[in-house]
Amino acid sequence: MREFVLDGEAPRDPDLLAVVAGAVSPDLAWADGGRTRASRRSWLDTFDWRLYRAGLTLEQAACRGRTELLLTGRDGDLLASETLAAGHEPRWPSLVSALPAGPLRELVEPVAGVRALCPVVRAGSKVTQLRALNDDAKTVARLDIDRMSLTFPARADAPARLTLTPVRGYGAVTDRIGEAILRVPRISAARGSALETALAAAGLRAGDLPGKATSVQLSPSMPAAAALATILTAQLDALEANVPGTIRDIDTEFLHDLRIAVRRTRSAIKLCGRALPAGLASDFRAEFRWLGDLTTPTRDLDVYLLGYARMTAGLVAASPADLCPFHDYLMRSRAAQYRRLAAGLRSARFAQLTTSWRAALEDVRPARKRPAVAQLAAARISAAQRKAVQTGQLISAASPPESLHELRKRCKVLRYLVEMFGSLHDPAQRWQAVRELKALQDCLGAFQDAEVQRAEIRAFAGQLLADRSVPAETLLAMGEIAAGLAVAQREARREFDGRFADFASAASQARLAALTRTDGLTRTAGA
Amino acid sequence: MKIFATYNIKGGVGKTATAVNLGYLAARDGHRVLLWDLDPQGAASYLFRIKPRVKGGGRALIKGTKSIDSAIKGTDFDGLDLLPADFTYRNLDLLLDAAKRPARRLAALLAPLKDEYDAVFLDCPPSISLLSESVLHAADLLLVPLIPTTLSVRTLDQLTEFIGGFNGHRPDVLAFFSMIDRRKRLHTQIATELPAQRPDFAATMIPALSVIEQMSVRRAPVTAFSPRSEAARQYGHLWQEARERAGLTG
Repeated sequence: MREFVLDGEAPRDPDLLAVVAGAVSPDLAWADGGRTRASRRSWLDTFDWRLYRAGLTLEQAACRGRTELLLTGRDGDLLASETLAAGHEPRWPSLVSALPAGPLRELVEPVAGVRALCPVVRAGSKVTQLRALNDDAKTVARLDIDRMSLTFPARADAPARLTLTPVRGYGAVTDRIGEAILRVPRISAARGSALETALAAAGLRAGDLPGKATSVQLSPSMPAAAALATILTAQLDALEANVPGTIRDIDTEFLHDLRIAVRRTRSAIKLCGRALPAGLASDFRAEFRWLGDLTTPTRDLDVYLLGYARMTAGLVAASPADLCPFHDYLMRSRAAQYRRLAAGLRSARFAQLTTSWRAALEDVRPARKRPAVAQLAAARISAAQRKAVQTGQLISAASPPESLHELRKRCKVLRYLVEMFGSLHDPAQRWQAVRELKALQDCLGAFQDAEVQRAEIRAFAGQLLADRSVPAETLLAMGEIAAGLAVAQREARREFDGRFADFASAASQARLAALTRTDGLTRTAGA
Repeated sequence: MKIFATYNIKGGVGKTATAVNLGYLAARDGHRVLLWDLDPQGAASYLFRIKPRVKGGGRALIKGTKSIDSAIKGTDFDGLDLLPADFTYRNLDLLLDAAKRPARRLAALLAPLKDEYDAVFLDCPPSISLLSESVLHAADLLLVPLIPTTLSVRTLDQLTEFIGGFNGHRPDVLAFFSMIDRRKRLHTQIATELPAQRPDFAATMIPALSVIEQMSVRRAPVTAFSPRSEAARQYGHLWQEARERAGLTG
């Protein structure tokens, strides 16, 4: 099978076919392959393109009252398909559980994880089929001409795609037809899938994600203020991109990614705000804190609910059914918190924050060339690295949980800085530098999550008891979960000493310090 | 994979028309189908507009120097492939005679295709020979078209007796009356009485109709170019019987 794209003012079908036939053989003729096939096509992926990045393409195609889901791999090979029962087509976006059970869902589920499948392109498609006939009027190849009109994410006509499929045993003549097609002006070999062609027509690219840290390209000599404005604008893009999905409650990760953008913004303001024009950082600090606080309760409950199945699976004495009232309580609490969150994100205060923040960033005009962003990055990373090591070295077996939490915050700051200024460093060098830091963060995260969840489950139990709404079995089961969390926390605490020693080792620290050498900046960073 | 063979010692009884139409209907039902035109005259190949030629000829196929897979051609119909005839097939008996276990050779050649096809139709030349014996050993269901005469029925009995002598695998037999001329009293009488008396007879009968002869002009199965005709309807019934008899599901 070969695919081509027919661009712009291409020849009309009859002209095109005459040119192709003439170039292959005087005996080659074309015949109509039947009725034009009209279909409605939707491509589905997670917001962060997990399927695309895993080399998968999921399409829902509706044609003549029949709706099918088609999962293809990197080479366009069909991996699995499902016919959807009429009237039972899922309403997208939906979680993977909306897919019918079967091989297709089994392939998609581990890739998409907790993320919902969202339509990334919707298009109407009209496919005309032509048959190439030999001197016996035998079909030797089929040529599908697919004309797509996009209705989402923008209204646009995609360039027609030509798919040439050989009939078995006629590969050689089909190859000649393919070569002849390529000689037709304005026809080229298709470089991507039909999804990629459709996205290109809408001015988009598969895999594009607003505000992705690696998409920010800094030059080492860039004035720090301008670089910071670029970084913060990218974070604002990410924040805003996740707002509609959070308000519609499509999946939990929209809120999670929105919170990351807020945290990165707050960290950048706190750590590097002095490099921005006077007053700018202080004007917005309180408002971003408000935004962060607005999102916390819903996220905390999301974390609980996401880990709920794992928690109940670990029950030894109690039965999962004992926890149903607790689960209902979590769901009710989450619904109430989510309403508060959605109202906040729809509020004039939030709109004012994002609008004025964007305007302020656009207005950043550095008066001075110094400091350059490379110098600022080196100074901040160096200071954060020192503080993280010092904080960790003070931790002993007798230290309270708060001291580990403090170290976790220091590590987060260091990680944010490395990521924020990521484009100044070689990606491989950066990956090596944060390897031990990541492992330490995972350990501290496990410790702190258990600490928070233990405190929360005590608070939940108190509220449920006060409401007199749960049986004793539920409270006992919650106690078992709290015990399980305590075990997990102790495990993380035991692991901590080794993780910190690795992070604080001379080799690990030297790799981090290498990021702060301004003479060691990569050539690409200056490009 | 189920192997169907259209077989009769006599020529001109409708073997090729049966193989071509039932093959088409099986593919239309969604099965992956291969039709092997074993007749050097190449009538089935002609009907599908495929040149009756195999690189290396029958020798290469029987000796295994060329894989069957590489000789297969797609027809104009989805799911239906053809292994074309070749004039050298006239010597298949000699080639089989030189092969090891000649009576099992065809089954061995088809075995690698079991994951690729759901149904294989073998369109046999009219003869009784080593090739026929190899076909009988490979087939799950023998489709035997008969013209309603007393001699035809006697031939069927001889065939059944011959198969009864096989060790191990024996194909099931489904005979049916073909080319029935309703104006002939003997045709009508035999065709009415026998199927009710014998379990190896299909209830379906294929009448002699000019639309079936049109196949050689249209070069396509009648079930494809005239799907609402009486002939297509009868082939449809015959396919249902054959499919059920062979246990081809789906």
